Amino acid sequence: MAGPKTNRIGLPVTDYRGVSSTLCKGCGHDVISNTLTTALYEMGVEPWRVAKMSGIGCSSKTPAYFLGPAWGFNSVHGRMPSVATGALLANRTLIGLGVSGDGDTASIGIGQFVHMVRRNVPFLYVVENNGVYGLTKGQFSATADEGSRLKDGTVNDFAPIDICTLALELGATFVARAFSADRKQLIEILKAAIAHEGFAVIDVMSPCVTFNNHVGSTRSYDYGRNHEGPIHEFGFVPAWDHPEVGGGGEDTFDVPMPDGGTIRVQRVGRAHDPRDKGAALRLLHEDAESPEYLTGVFYVRAGKPPLPQFLKMVEEPLATLPEARVRPTRETLAEINESYR
Amino acid sequence: MNESTRAAEVPGPVSVNDLTLRVATVNGSGSQTANNTLLRALFHMGLPVSGKNLFPSNIAGLPTWFTIRVSGDGYVAPKRDVNVLVCLNPASAEDDVRSVPPGSLVVYEETLRCERYRDDVVLVAVPFQKLVKEVCEPVALRKLVVNMIYVGVLTELIGIEVAEVKQALDKAFAHKPKALGLNRDAVRAGIEWVRENVSRVSPFRVERMARDEDLILVDGNTAAAVGCVFAGVTVLAWYPITPSSSVAETVAHLGERYRRDPETGETTLAVVQAEDELAAVGMVIGAAWAGARSMTATSGPGISLMSEFVGLGYFAEIPTVIVNVQRTGPSTGFPTRTQQGDLLSAANLSHGDGRHPCLYPSDPHEAYEFAMAAFDLAEGLQTPVFVLSDLDLGMNLWMTKPFEYPEEPICRGKVLDAEGLAKMEDWGRYKDVDGDGVPYRTLPGGADGVGAYFTRGSGHDAYARYTEKGDDYIATMQRLALKLETAKSRVPEPVLDGPGTAVGLLAFGTSHHAVVEARDHLRDELGIETDYLRLRAFPFTDSVREWIEAHERVYVFEQNHDGQMRRMLTMEFPSLGARLHSVLHYDGLPPDARSVWEPIALDAVPSVKGGA
Ligand SMILES: Cc1ncc(C[n+]2csc(CCOP(=O)(O)OP(=O)(O)O)c2C)c(N)n1
Ligand code: SF4
Ligand SMILES: [Mg+2]
Repeated sequence: MAGPKTNRIGLPVTDYRGVSSTLCKGCGHDVISNTLTTALYEMGVEPWRVAKMSGIGCSSKTPAYFLGPAWGFNSVHGRMPSVATGALLANRTLIGLGVSGDGDTASIGIGQFVHMVRRNVPFLYVVENNGVYGLTKGQFSATADEGSRLKDGTVNDFAPIDICTLALELGATFVARAFSADRKQLIEILKAAIAHEGFAVIDVMSPCVTFNNHVGSTRSYDYGRNHEGPIHEFGFVPAWDHPEVGGGGEDTFDVPMPDGGTIRVQRVGRAHDPRDKGAALRLLHEDAESPEYLTGVFYVRAGKPPLPQFLKMVEEPLATLPEARVRPTRETLAEINESYR
Repeated sequence: MNESTRAAEVPGPVSVNDLTLRVATVNGSGSQTANNTLLRALFHMGLPVSGKNLFPSNIAGLPTWFTIRVSGDGYVAPKRDVNVLVCLNPASAEDDVRSVPPGSLVVYEETLRCERYRDDVVLVAVPFQKLVKEVCEPVALRKLVVNMIYVGVLTELIGIEVAEVKQALDKAFAHKPKALGLNRDAVRAGIEWVRENVSRVSPFRVERMARDEDLILVDGNTAAAVGCVFAGVTVLAWYPITPSSSVAETVAHLGERYRRDPETGETTLAVVQAEDELAAVGMVIGAAWAGARSMTATSGPGISLMSEFVGLGYFAEIPTVIVNVQRTGPSTGFPTRTQQGDLLSAANLSHGDGRHPCLYPSDPHEAYEFAMAAFDLAEGLQTPVFVLSDLDLGMNLWMTKPFEYPEEPICRGKVLDAEGLAKMEDWGRYKDVDGDGVPYRTLPGGADGVGAYFTRGSGHDAYARYTEKGDDYIATMQRLALKLETAKSRVPEPVLDGPGTAVGLLAFGTSHHAVVEARDHLRDELGIETDYLRLRAFPFTDSVREWIEAHERVYVFEQNHDGQMRRMLTMEFPSLGARLHSVLHYDGLPPDARSVWEPIALDAVPSVKGGA
């Protein structure tokens, strides 16, 4: 009798699922959780090595809804970055993966977010962006577009903070945007981001069906479907599939990833080359001026040392270092005492 | 008597080894090395000394004072009256000179013409600016070198041993031979100037004393930092704030020196200067969750910002150490003045229920020991622990016992590895197995994939599952409270002293030093015997309750306006509240003995009023 289908490390997809979601039916966040489940399964990520982090919000609840056997930390509102930074410094063998909301990231958490980018913490940061605070019942967040309307007609008068632009300008080395309803693209982007070393941010439009899915919203399913503009067709070929890479043809180009995998980009639409930061910034500025919602990977760069490497941390988890490596010797203390005599 | 010395008609006997010396300079003028040279030389003469730096919240330009007390009796609390004054700051000279009692020795830059202000003190006008030109060619360095001239002047005037001054200089400039030469010349110039120009004997002098104890001279922040490093801290995140910065800076410095492998260049200590205190405490909580021994250091405003996260640490049971070097609040307050003002906020930090263990070191040796102990305590209880130091302890130099090497191995508390987990039946992250309220934890990233759980600051049950059930919540809160009970057997016990009288004095932290002297004064001068309890930790141990019960009247002496410790004691021991009386000191300066004994004397013996 054949057992259940497993991935390359021999685990069934059920090991990549979590407890059942308590979010509203149709919430974009659930689609992202499911896509993450698939991406992590297909990438063969070891669940027990993953630290799933989040802040507070509907979006921040979702780490419970995928990858059950992983470690999870649902922290405080807007402060996931600091908690994740500490955790990943403490244990370099952990795979950092975080889910946050637009409020959690761009409103209350903007300070910690920008500093996490600056420090190049090795972390996959997914923003489930619905333009509102879902959990507190639909107030505007800082990513809401100027002129967009709440259900009760309230108009947002302020310019939005664009997470991708901000991250790119602060030196993030993997910057992407996606739409939760476009799962085909999202899964490829997630896989590439998982393979990326260093900080990766994916700003995913994730409609809130309860508070921001009406006419006049710029984060509704309809708006997304009508305005999504892929900047290229993006694919990810993991390392273990590598032999198949090649012969992409004239319309494709490949970007090698540090883990051995390959990003394959098809020159459709704007044919954006994600290695070109200048072009990425131009695209994003263009996007800000138009109703179009550009998706794809704006920028990828390998080789920038992530924070633990930058600090030259030992490779082992700090938790299990023997005492001799964390407590200096008796002679050292004598030397210190002597210097104060 | 020489013309540059004008003596008042206050001859009197020469006082030996009992003086308070104050140097008034301008902030940023580099007088610290000179002041420490004086302090160190006196210390090496076997004299009990203490040095207090009174500095403004400013980088350069405002007045600053350094005060050294030499006390043959061994007292280290400051004294109100200054006996020897050095005036170099035009802005404060008049006030400074007018503030000293008659008969004091006043050394001043001659152009300040301090003789205008007093004729009842011993005035020594020194041409500092002229002298520095002679010994220091480079104009840019004169501002610094001039300070060493007053070191020389005082050395000769009050009898500091030249050899000890030389040694202190050698130590200060060990790696700067050029500067050493210049500074030596300056000291010599000061000494020679006095020899040639002053014939009068100073009314205050020092003489070598025998010291039978091995002591070091160190500040409390350094001591705490050494304690943290020897506790095996592995992640430090912090945000700069006076007066705590040097705790983090020293940990980082020691880390570079002793925790980085010279061959591989790799370190076992991560140091992050965070973007603010929210991030600092978030990082150390994240790090501790992932198994690091983590810490942060901060002061009042930072403590306020850390509030939400400390509640998370309490509720999700994540151990970390927070060194709070208290300064004068509320708000920005007096950022460069001392206070014991965060007692309530530290013990109760964050919304909702929750109390946090706090340790109250009173000298650098204890700062070292408590900083180290705080890690075992935090990890043993799986909760944030505070070390409540203050600016006086943290930033001033103190004589203290040398640091002792820990004899016990590091104790990480109830941490399960795969093997341990396999032996546990029906493990739950928040299950009380041992009846002490402390559950067993696992650490993320074990290669074996066991023991994973979901941590959250929202409601959770014994198996770390999300819950909104009232019963689950009640069980958790009761267990957390039980942990505080458990803490009582692990925190340092109070130190008791006294003959067993009805009057008790209760103090903690740096307030101790004024109390020691005040009790002697109360007994010797006023005939009032007191018992003394020096509190060293919250939660209060049973011995604290018993001691209060044994005293009719207990004076709680503390450095804040609201009587925070008295309130905490009253909250914990409501039936004893009526016995507790506040004696408070809160002008931002370290307390002197008088601020302790005077209110007690007035209260205990009303007739003392007006006298003493
Ligand atoms: C310090 C603090 N302030 C306010 C809140 C209330 N709150 C909870 S979630 C939330 C907004 C969440 O919005 P977002 O991050 O966009 O997540 P969403 O629910 O939309 O997925 C707010 C304001 C809180 N939990 N903590
Ligand atoms: S309120 Fe909005 S964001 Fe929250 S679960 Fe419902 S649909 Fe999703
Ligand atoms: Mg939102």
